[in-house]
Amino acid sequence: MARIGVFLCWCGENIARTVDVARVAELSAQIPGVRCALDYKYMCSDPGQSLLREKIVSERLDRVVVASCSPHMHLKTFRKAAERAGINPYLVEMANIREHCSWVHPDREQATLKAAELVRMSVEKVRHNEPLRPIKVPVTRRALVIGAGVAGIQAALDIADGGYEVVLVEREPSIGGKMAGLSETFPTLDCSQCILTPRMVEVGQHPRIKLYTFSEVEAVDGFIGNFTITIRNKARYVDIAKCTGCGECWNVCPLKKNPSEFDYGMGFRRAIYVPFPQAVPARPVIDNKVCAKLVRNGCGLCEKKCPTGAISFKDEDRLIEEKVGAIVVATGYKLYSIGKEQPSDKLHGYGEYGYGKYKDVIDSLQFERLLSASGPTSGEVRRPSDGAVPKNIVFVACVGSRDNAKGLSYCSKICCMYTAKHAMLYKHKVHDGQAHVFYMDIRSGGKGYDEFVRRAIEQDGARYYRSRVSKITQENGKLMVRGADTLSGLPVTVEADLVVLAAAMRPADGVQELARKLNVGYDEFGFLMESHPKLRPVETNTGGVFICGACHSPKDIPESVAQASAAASKVQLTFASEELTREPEIAGVNERMCAACFRCMGACPYHAIERAEIHARNGDLIKRTARVNPGLCMGCGTCVAVCPSKSMDIAGFTEQEIYSMVEALA
Amino acid sequence: MKIGYYPGCALHGSSNDYEQSLRACLGRLDVELAEIQDWICCGATAAHSLNHKLSQALPARNLALAEQQSLDELLAPCPLCSMQLLKVSADIKDTDARAELSAIVELPLEGRTRVLNLIEIFQKVGLDTLASAVTTKQESIQAACYYGCLLTRPPQIVTFDDPEEPQSMETVLKALGIKTVDWNFKTECCGAGMTMADEDTVLELCHRILENAQAHGANCLVVACPMCHVNLDMKQPAVSRRHGTSPMPVYYLSDLAGLALGLAPEELGINRHFMEATWPA
Repeated sequence: MARIGVFLCWCGENIARTVDVARVAELSAQIPGVRCALDYKYMCSDPGQSLLREKIVSERLDRVVVASCSPHMHLKTFRKAAERAGINPYLVEMANIREHCSWVHPDREQATLKAAELVRMSVEKVRHNEPLRPIKVPVTRRALVIGAGVAGIQAALDIADGGYEVVLVEREPSIGGKMAGLSETFPTLDCSQCILTPRMVEVGQHPRIKLYTFSEVEAVDGFIGNFTITIRNKARYVDIAKCTGCGECWNVCPLKKNPSEFDYGMGFRRAIYVPFPQAVPARPVIDNKVCAKLVRNGCGLCEKKCPTGAISFKDEDRLIEEKVGAIVVATGYKLYSIGKEQPSDKLHGYGEYGYGKYKDVIDSLQFERLLSASGPTSGEVRRPSDGAVPKNIVFVACVGSRDNAKGLSYCSKICCMYTAKHAMLYKHKVHDGQAHVFYMDIRSGGKGYDEFVRRAIEQDGARYYRSRVSKITQENGKLMVRGADTLSGLPVTVEADLVVLAAAMRPADGVQELARKLNVGYDEFGFLMESHPKLRPVETNTGGVFICGACHSPKDIPESVAQASAAASKVQLTFASEELTREPEIAGVNERMCAACFRCMGACPYHAIERAEIHARNGDLIKRTARVNPGLCMGCGTCVAVCPSKSMDIAGFTEQEIYSMVEALA
Repeated sequence: MKIGYYPGCALHGSSNDYEQSLRACLGRLDVELAEIQDWICCGATAAHSLNHKLSQALPARNLALAEQQSLDELLAPCPLCSMQLLKVSADIKDTDARAELSAIVELPLEGRTRVLNLIEIFQKVGLDTLASAVTTKQESIQAACYYGCLLTRPPQIVTFDDPEEPQSMETVLKALGIKTVDWNFKTECCGAGMTMADEDTVLELCHRILENAQAHGANCLVVACPMCHVNLDMKQPAVSRRHGTSPMPVYYLSDLAGLALGLAPEELGINRHFMEATWPA
């Protein structure tokens, strides 16, 4: 006969207000196998836990039911307490009489009876529970970081400085991401490149960071502690080991007029190019879509000029395999495309703003390049159409953000701040110029942030209009920006020389495909999903995969860096011991019963089921069977539902345990 | 091709030149218009600001009649009518609302009818068919397509084109070999709603539209709305007197299409416009 203890919690008033806890205790004590049933005001408190431990010892209990809040809240607490008193933690069950009962029912009598039923079900389940042991898996103490913008760089350096090897994969020819192209950063106006490039150099020289630029993650196999990554190293046509970065090649390249990706089309680059002078690695790449040699077997000047013979037009993509134990995703963002062409029917764009139609309507990243000393105008604010210095400049906030009708419903969070910064930097460069800002609301929460916006308005004289811009048109060489000032109630028209649209932030291209490879969820906008918005912000629902930066949601630099360090510390936590402990509540196959139909393999969302063969001692095949990889299984139970021969079960949630609960209700 | 036809008050009254034009033009394209028998007011002008149920029931009855007369596709050339009809079409996707309106109008109502505007009829005929039907090249015309307020709005209900930066009329005219200009005031208000109440504002708004079209090289305005036409055509002499605007003909989309298809201006009713037509060179 089982010796079960039932412990009922009042949760202060939370449960006791609607449930007569003492009566539930009386009713529970009558269930066969229950040795004792006690109630207490706060079972999770120290005295509550002591009571539980004492009773386990004095009543020689071998199983425990705690009726209190959700197991999400305190299952671990009570399992630990029971373990200290000598009971296998998986012989502890919880009955949720708060969220499932007292909080949702007004009638005391009925709620009390329901609570008693819930307890009875848990008693029946725990009666059938088997003791379980946590699973141990070995760990490859080496991390993969995907994306080398500021978040990826921070995460990689933190992990590498912590003593572990890092494989850092970047899609572009250089690391640095969006931040490398920014001018100055809010709210302190320190120069973006001055603070980032030393970190980039550190990455390039770090003995424990293996850097793959111009590379993408092709495939991901395995599970926490044991991932195998296939990396596609795209053909660069330049051997970066031989190349010294001398520049002979790009100086002779005759194809000068290719829009520079780094300058967002505001400047030009050659067909063989280094994206920007501070690039890491400071090695060129050949654009195979425009290079005359690669496109039509012409030119070839760079190859002839190269003093080290580093250029090879025969270069091809290479696939490289790396083994890692944890993954940090830091793929960042891109801007919402403002014109009419949209990736989804839901995004209608803003054709009426004339982006792409008028040369002097640009987006905010393009304006960053105009402000940047390394930009196409060497930091002078000159408009693209004719190079004139704009005397009236309009900034439009929330282009694509917070717009259910045409754009995206979320706030892109950083635009208020960088728009204030733009207005400020513009005034610092064009003293007789006037900045106008059209905004919906000013959202400037953060240390020193609101003060910064006030400075833009009060000291640098930016004119702020609480207004949505209805249309931007060109008349007599001026851009007419029209809207309605909702504070004064009057229509506004500003004649502008340059218009900067603060476009919404969207997740970078290809992140959904990557998320599917990694088994990480994403929301309707394509932003990656964290495991818990408050308590597990950098974890994902796949063990060993962490996220940081703008791939998760719109973020500024300080937040991205903080999250990157958080992700890095989680990686180091994963690497803290040579073996990982996982919850044992996973699927298992009764291999004698399995009919080897492998329907479970198709159903498993985690690719955790494999085909296996059972052989006799002499090597004869006895039978085929499905087998669960305990490292991969997340215990979702889909396989149990589809198994026609009923040979699948989840430890801790066996069919017998579940059915005994159902029967207890009847 | 047989298409149901809901003229609404305008096309049988003040804008019967529009009806003449589109009947002649669509006739050339073998589009047969079957007018809904016993149609009633769409409720656009007053009903929706007085009584919500009434503003639903009026168009609902017209839709129910269309169904009864097996008209699965319905041309409503006036954007006010088509907006009302589209609004209630969306409302009756809800089964309870549909049952209630069906009871009010005392007719079965399934919501089968698809409401189309004139541009969509041209799209349905097909741009290639249009191009091949052209007999008279209209080379001197530089048209500014004016959509006004309701042809492309509200965006939740009217989804055939971008509400702020529409292009569908241009596409139709280009298929017909007619040149269009890129200009700024395609969807600005012409003030038709204020014609009676505030003439000063109306003249000002019309002036801005006409002036901007001319500044961008247009020699005529093209509309697909009877209200826009009344306002910009009939009021134009007053606009010119007040603001000195140069005169400019205002055509219905079907006028220019009809001309390209070889119809005479009189067949299309163009001679009945207030502003004199100034083509073809």
